[in-house]
Amino acid sequence: MSLLTANKVTKRFGGLEALSKVDIELKDQAIQSIIGPNGAGKTTFFNCVTGFYNPDEGDLILDGQLINGLSPDKVTRMGVARTYQNIRLFKNMTAVENILMGMTPHLKSGFLGGIFRTPATMREEQAALEEARRLLQYVGLAGRGDLMAKNLAYGDQRRLEIARALASKPKVLLLDEPTAGMNPSETQATTVLIGRLRDELGITILLIEHQMRVVMGISELITVLDYGAKIAEGPPSEIQKNPRVIEAYLGRGSENGGEAASQAAGQPSSAA
Amino acid sequence: MTEKQSSLWKTAISVGLVVGGISLLLSLVGMVAAFNERDIITGAFTMGQLLLFSPLIVGGYAALLRSQEKSLVRGLFGGVLTGFFGGLVLTALLVIGQQADLRLMFPNASPELYSIISFGVEPPLSYVVPLIYGAIFGIIGAGLELLPTRVRSAVLTASLWVIVLGLFRDMFFLIPVLTRPGPITTIFRWIFGPSGLSVPAAIILFVTVFGINFWRFGRPKPDTPRRGFSEQNRTVRWIVIAIASVILLLLPQVLGIFFTEVLDNVGIYLIMALGLNIVVGYAGLLDLGYVAFFAIGAYTMGVLTSPELGFFNLNFWAALPFALLATTLSGVILGLPVLRMRGDYLAIVTLGFGEIVRILALSEWLRPYIGGTQGIQQIAIPVSDYILEILNTQALFYYLILAGCLVVGFIAWRLKDSRLGRSWIALREDEDVAQAMGLNTVTTKLLAFATGATFAGLSGAIFASKLNSAYPHSFDLMVSIFVLCIIIIGGMGSIPGAILGSFFLIGLPELLRGFSEFRLLVVGAVMVAMMLIKPEGLWPEERRRLELHEGESEPAEVVEEEFAPVGSSPD
Amino acid sequence: MLRNWRQRVSLTDVIVWAIGVVLAAGVIYGTIVTLRAEIYAGRTWIDLTITGLALGGVYALIALGYTLVYGILKMINFAHGEVFMSGPFTAVFLAIYLDNIGFLNTHPIISLLMITILSATVATTIAVLLERIAYKPLRGAPRLVPLITAIGASFFLQYTFRGLYGSGIKAYPEIDVLQGSWEIAGISIVKTQAVSIVGAVLMMLVIWGISRFTRVGKAMRAVSEDQEVSALMGIDVDRTIMNTFALGGAAAGVAGILYVLLFPIVNFFMGFIPGLKAFTAAVLGGIGNPIGAFLGAMVLGLIEAIGPSLFLTGLGIPAPYQLKDALAFVILVLILIFRPTGILGERISRTKA
Repeated sequence: MSLLTANKVTKRFGGLEALSKVDIELKDQAIQSIIGPNGAGKTTFFNCVTGFYNPDEGDLILDGQLINGLSPDKVTRMGVARTYQNIRLFKNMTAVENILMGMTPHLKSGFLGGIFRTPATMREEQAALEEARRLLQYVGLAGRGDLMAKNLAYGDQRRLEIARALASKPKVLLLDEPTAGMNPSETQATTVLIGRLRDELGITILLIEHQMRVVMGISELITVLDYGAKIAEGPPSEIQKNPRVIEAYLGRGSENGGEAASQAAGQPSSAA
Repeated sequence: MTEKQSSLWKTAISVGLVVGGISLLLSLVGMVAAFNERDIITGAFTMGQLLLFSPLIVGGYAALLRSQEKSLVRGLFGGVLTGFFGGLVLTALLVIGQQADLRLMFPNASPELYSIISFGVEPPLSYVVPLIYGAIFGIIGAGLELLPTRVRSAVLTASLWVIVLGLFRDMFFLIPVLTRPGPITTIFRWIFGPSGLSVPAAIILFVTVFGINFWRFGRPKPDTPRRGFSEQNRTVRWIVIAIASVILLLLPQVLGIFFTEVLDNVGIYLIMALGLNIVVGYAGLLDLGYVAFFAIGAYTMGVLTSPELGFFNLNFWAALPFALLATTLSGVILGLPVLRMRGDYLAIVTLGFGEIVRILALSEWLRPYIGGTQGIQQIAIPVSDYILEILNTQALFYYLILAGCLVVGFIAWRLKDSRLGRSWIALREDEDVAQAMGLNTVTTKLLAFATGATFAGLSGAIFASKLNSAYPHSFDLMVSIFVLCIIIIGGMGSIPGAILGSFFLIGLPELLRGFSEFRLLVVGAVMVAMMLIKPEGLWPEERRRLELHEGESEPAEVVEEEFAPVGSSPD
Repeated sequence: MLRNWRQRVSLTDVIVWAIGVVLAAGVIYGTIVTLRAEIYAGRTWIDLTITGLALGGVYALIALGYTLVYGILKMINFAHGEVFMSGPFTAVFLAIYLDNIGFLNTHPIISLLMITILSATVATTIAVLLERIAYKPLRGAPRLVPLITAIGASFFLQYTFRGLYGSGIKAYPEIDVLQGSWEIAGISIVKTQAVSIVGAVLMMLVIWGISRFTRVGKAMRAVSEDQEVSALMGIDVDRTIMNTFALGGAAAGVAGILYVLLFPIVNFFMGFIPGLKAFTAAVLGGIGNPIGAFLGAMVLGLIEAIGPSLFLTGLGIPAPYQLKDALAFVILVLILIFRPTGILGERISRTKA
């Protein structure tokens, strides 16, 4: 059963076609990845799904409902959450406050509740705080809740972003390069966490990643984009050997590409 | 000349000319002459002179700071040089002023000004005078720089106390207890001369403050209130609140008519400041047309209660909800189209709206409804004649405004820590991501905007009632700017900051009456200075201070782990 | 399909479009009524048009200052109106002096040139001082901060000039040779308006020339496009920014003299409203875009001159000229709501996520 379907999604910026008739099917409770050289359109795709961009052509269907053109807040309320390539936490808010913001779709207290501190409001706030601390603990940030987000270590910031995304109780979680800039042990921990998200919480995961070890290790299905178009799709074993994929990465000559391609081909990369 | 010497000369000359230029500017703008009426120390030292000389002192200080001269002799020499060149600028004014009547272009270049600058000495001897005192003040400035920090800080603080108390002398004598003869009055008359501090009192004050400051320098400061009261101090907090309430309630009796009036004005602006605080401080929406809501509140109250226009004839309390409703509605109507714009555009659009409202209020077109340039007269006051026998009108409005401040302050305070307050901060931090959290940005912004508007409407309604009338001239851009300035000076988003800012910006000029000509000049300069030096305001909230001093983040504190996370530790 | 459409368009958009439609309808209705009733003769419309062009020329030069600074620093120089004021308010003393010694009327062209140069110099100085003292230290700060500084600087300048030259108004002396009108192709054009229009066009050509052909101008365009790359190319960004302010100031100074040809009265407050209108013009045309500034200014000038007579009279509003300033603000508001990028579109990129 497909939870999220992208049907011939196209997005243009001026004369440039950033996404070209892309078809992707994200199965319920699956962990899938989108890979491709820099500029292939992966983050653009995420932006289309979450409502930041409006696709020029094509459809995006979540759980049977069309979500093109919905504003980001509505998309989130329908059960989609994401993290960002460049970490976009609320820097001058504490970790707990960031997570509380993530819970927005589920918090109901409003203007009057805030002023009069009604029992209902207080109860909701209390429950929310407990839930926030629980989420912190779940991602391994227990005790750091009252630190300003900008004062957290880099790896912790990435984990906080995930916790914040979890706070909205999403059905689908879009992770944009969650292990970027991490050392091998952090990467491993994050990979484990991603697995737990699906196994323990039943969240469907769509991943953008450059680190091939992660991608090949965890994905059930990989979609490869290049210059905005889908050039391959399949399980890791197939993608690793797909000549078009290797060519796309090698042909680019990017450091990422070179390493990625050699990883994909199963050889130890020189920059171990 | 050695390298170092020539650079000292260069710095001294350039700084000297600049500060001389500042003195010149202060003179030509008229501040020196206007402030010369005020003595700081009776018979010895006027405010005008202070204005004239301080740039020279600052020049000496700055030149030394810049050239990093450490040697005493050379340092003092640098001071002399700087002051000399500063004085040279003033001398130039005297020379030119002697040859030609500059008043055609600079109305303030009068003989009176020249006499102040030259200490009453006649030309041509007068030309030398600025050079002499320039050198003297330059040395003083240089000396200040060379002093050890402890001494310098004490000197500056003591001087500040003398200046402030000398300036505010007139105010003390407006307190009712001092208007009648008695022992207290006699003491005060000794402390203050006919104008400013008396000489002996000034000396005693200076020495005392110097001593206290010198002794206390470097000792650890007690926790300032802005860190918030801890749980243990709860009872203390309630006691403080109780005492403060009693004081606030009794103030009108103690302070007399003049001060109560000042407090009233402070209060009116405070209500608005608390509202704009929410719009700008919490939600980060720069509204430059805030006065429009003030006007709508005032005019609605006017239209509904004035027998002159005769449309309706409600009393104050019946009309108030409608005034508030009208303002809230206009906040929503204005907000809807406007809130999706970027910061600077939002500012200009709201400014445009404010102006549109003012022009409409003035217009011929709407005169039959709202009075045109004459405005509306005979607006109702809050109570019946019966109660007027007990309280006089002035005290009445004081309590009304006080109540307004408390209500509004309470709402602002509660909102800050609520979910809505959090949403506003997130919105300000990163609007796109806030929206991605599921926040309806339009609604959230509208709530801030409408709340701010309603507060302004309340203030406007009370204002109109207090003045018994509403004229379009009261509702111009300056009001918006003043309110903005209040929260900037106090600290955007900070409630104590708004209170502080209101007192500074509205209370202070009232107390320094007679200088109203220069009020906006000073306000403008202060705004620029604040942004350059302390953009987070004088009493900021912690978060804001951190925001505005990016890159100076504190290291992550070591926090105890609450409990070991189960199964989620890395590796 | 219908559902799709409904999800994209919110209540806000509907209300906003409704307001826009109502306003447009009002304008059209008023225009029709006025024209049908033939309240004004054909000649009046020509006069008003020429006035509009003259106004537009002045606004264009001031607007250039706003747009150039915005293009390079992405900030609105709120104090630019005061830069505009400083020129003519200072030069008026020269004008009065020249008039007193009779030079003004014997050598009108040289006099005018001298006055204009003084005005431009003062304005440029103020603009550069503003940049060095108030804006330069704040280059990295969050957007709100320089905006507030600009507002503060605006008031400071206003009241400083008030203190310096007095709070009264001063009048520029009349130049005899520029009294009356010229007959060109059967149309009667007021002389001062003609000179103003010609002056504006000349100055704009000069600025265009500088921007296009000189190193300084090219540097300005480069830094507007991409500050980092320009620095890497060896362009002194700091100096270029200063030059931008200077050029904007010079344009404003010249605009000041053209303005007093039309309205020979100066006082310390004269910069505020024209400044705001020029800013409206810049935004109307697309801020950051100099050609847009010109276009927007012309449109604004024409609407201001012709508008009140054209549609406000038709709507039965008494004393419509009182509201001409309001018209400019209404346009500002409408543009920012409906087409914030302006007629020609901004030259700024926006990135997301």
